[in-house]
Amino acid sequence: MIPVQHYLVVAAALFFIGVVGVLTKRNVITMFMCIELMLNAVNLTFIAFSRYLGKLDGQIFVFFVMTVAAAEAAVGLAIIVALYRNRETLNVDNASSMKW
Amino acid sequence: MAFLFFYLFAAVALLSAFSVILQKKAMSSALSLIVCLGAIAMLYVQLEAIFIAVIQVIIYAGAIMVLFLFVIMLLDPASEKLAASLKGLAYIAAPLGILLAILFFQASLAYHPLALEASKAAPSDISSIGMQLFSNYLLPFEVTSILVLVAVMGAVVLAKKKL
Repeated sequence: MIPVQHYLVVAAALFFIGVVGVLTKRNVITMFMCIELMLNAVNLTFIAFSRYLGKLDGQIFVFFVMTVAAAEAAVGLAIIVALYRNRETLNVDNASSMKW
Repeated sequence: MAFLFFYLFAAVALLSAFSVILQKKAMSSALSLIVCLGAIAMLYVQLEAIFIAVIQVIIYAGAIMVLFLFVIMLLDPASEKLAASLKGLAYIAAPLGILLAILFFQASLAYHPLALEASKAAPSDISSIGMQLFSNYLLPFEVTSILVLVAVMGAVVLAKKKL
């Protein structure tokens, strides 16, 4: 049986790859995909603990996280389409009128 | 055998995740992310979460990523210059990020292993998940349906021609 720590290390690595992507990328779609990567890393942690604690609750939570991720993707991509229609750009540095 | 399976798919997941952030084109990033999601689904299979693995493939790789690909092809982000821009702040951010990552790995490895070595698998078939979902988690389930309804309306309103 593989120790739970191995899964946790893989999940932490995936999460940090997602963080690096969000912080370094400037394309709003790629940043959005990195957020999905971070959500998946957290899901992996949930499933690993669900298996090792012998409880089903982690899987239920992953179910809810996936639902929220789907809703988020639909709304977020609609916002991206609206942004592109109004600004003709996908670079987040060009859409900073609410920044300061 | 189990170790081989785990390390194979963990390596695939990590390499494709690196590919997501290293690719220049958004389309290549999306295709790498699909590979990453598939590898994570295989890890779910190994953790005996078959239902979650199946909906990972159907909903994430099948629905959400197709939505991403639609938007990428619709907007064609390759037409403008979108390079990853690491500026002066990166020299401060990189050591801090590495420090935080080391803390995360330490926390992962320091988790008390004794309680988690030998455990019986919970019954994870669809019927027991459904029983949990409609008894203990009934209220969150219903709230989720409202969330999805709101998301549908929000997406329709945002995608209208006149905002």
